[in-house]
Amino acid sequence: MSRLAPIVRREFSAYFNTPLAAVFLVMFLFLTGIFTFNVGQLYERGQADLRPFFDFNPWLFLFLVPAISMRLWAEERRIGTIELVTTLPISIRDLVVGKWLAAWAFACVALALTVPIWMTVEYLGAPDRGAILAGYVGSALMAGAFLAIGSALSAVTKNQVVAFVLCAVVCFLLLMAGYPVVLDFLGGWASPGVAEAVASVSLLTHFEPMERGVIDLRDVLFFAAVVVAFLWLNILLIEWKKAD
Amino acid sequence: MEAAIAAHGLRKRFGSFDAVQGIDLVVKHGEVLGFLGPNGAGKSTTMRMITGFLAPSAGSVRICGTDMLVDPLTAKGHMGYLPEGAPCYPDMTVAEFLGFIGAVRGFGGAERARRVDAAVERTNLQGVFHQPIETLSKGFKRRVGLAQAILHDPPVLIMDEPTDGLDPNQKHQVRELIRTMAKDKAIVLSTHILEEVEAVCTRAVIINRGGIVFDGTPQALDAKAPATVARNRLDHVFRTLTTADTETRR
Repeated sequence: MSRLAPIVRREFSAYFNTPLAAVFLVMFLFLTGIFTFNVGQLYERGQADLRPFFDFNPWLFLFLVPAISMRLWAEERRIGTIELVTTLPISIRDLVVGKWLAAWAFACVALALTVPIWMTVEYLGAPDRGAILAGYVGSALMAGAFLAIGSALSAVTKNQVVAFVLCAVVCFLLLMAGYPVVLDFLGGWASPGVAEAVASVSLLTHFEPMERGVIDLRDVLFFAAVVVAFLWLNILLIEWKKAD
Repeated sequence: MEAAIAAHGLRKRFGSFDAVQGIDLVVKHGEVLGFLGPNGAGKSTTMRMITGFLAPSAGSVRICGTDMLVDPLTAKGHMGYLPEGAPCYPDMTVAEFLGFIGAVRGFGGAERARRVDAAVERTNLQGVFHQPIETLSKGFKRRVGLAQAILHDPPVLIMDEPTDGLDPNQKHQVRELIRTMAKDKAIVLSTHILEEVEAVCTRAVIINRGGIVFDGTPQALDAKAPATVARNRLDHVFRTLTTADTETRR
């Protein structure tokens, strides 16, 4: 475990060594503001809750989280440092987990910076704090799942743009798995059982209860399982294709 | 005492291409081995298998008695490695980068600071210690890579083209550094410069098409050249050894 800390620290500070962190945080907060107040009409609804904020959260993450994860492995491949880190006395598992933890910590910082929106509804009324907290937990879990997917996909290429697009597409499909877009596509040729199974892996169906303030252990486990599965895939991809 | 590096029957296939076809290499402490060969002969591939970056298709590698395939973390702990082109994180300063390497190698607090200082002093990086690596010249970057490799004072040091792209002064510096470390370490370095082998190495190994074609002292290599050749004798031997089969075909 002690070898994990330097990896997390390096990767986390790497975001702030480049303009990426600043650009990301400004974009995220700016778009969050627009979606919550203008599109989501937080004021006009006249309800002291953060539903408009959490409703748009997954869709914002869809385009912003891949920007955090795209560099994780693609950059190591491009500049050749993958040869350096994988010949240090540290396991690939620790490298993968450390990078993901750093990216997740950064995403959580971005989420934490939206607290003024919470403050706004606190000022305007008496919101259900438990529900808001549950929404934040859901958002953090969603970001963690997206990041694990993005990290694994970033391991297949040395091109960050490719990593970004792959991650956005896979996350979109997983978000939409419970919706007609994907199910109609499957309905044409897959058996109903398959379609049902696909619908159950939709990230949105596991996010919505938390958005409403219900933290179900099964939903938390689902997100944890997505993270573990993709980080495991990430480890395998690096071990198999280290030198390509 | 166990050999510092013991590689046996190393093979590597990339698809249908046999990059390395059965290399045996035993390097003892105190040896400086110059690894020579034309481009594409399998030098980097062999070094990457020895350092655990590439898994060999067949064969075994032991570093100071630890099998690279069985216990890679211990084996990698015995070893410092400068990959080809000396890749470093461009966004970090020299101080941050060496601190990171020290932390991953398990040093903390004062011990880490002491080791970073020692490595920086040996590679003359004091003047750029707080500069981001991306702003450094090629020579400095190479030395950052070297500092990273010697930070933990490893018994085994493997360097892929450590002097490639350096100016004559910087080449001299790197060779001096290698000479000062040579006494108690096993050092393997690949190079295209044949004088370098004469200057710093106690042993030369030439590979061609994935196999060893010469293994001996630089003097023995020199002796292979006919007496009639007065200048660039090593170049002559190198050409004879690595182009022999193409010439017989003609």
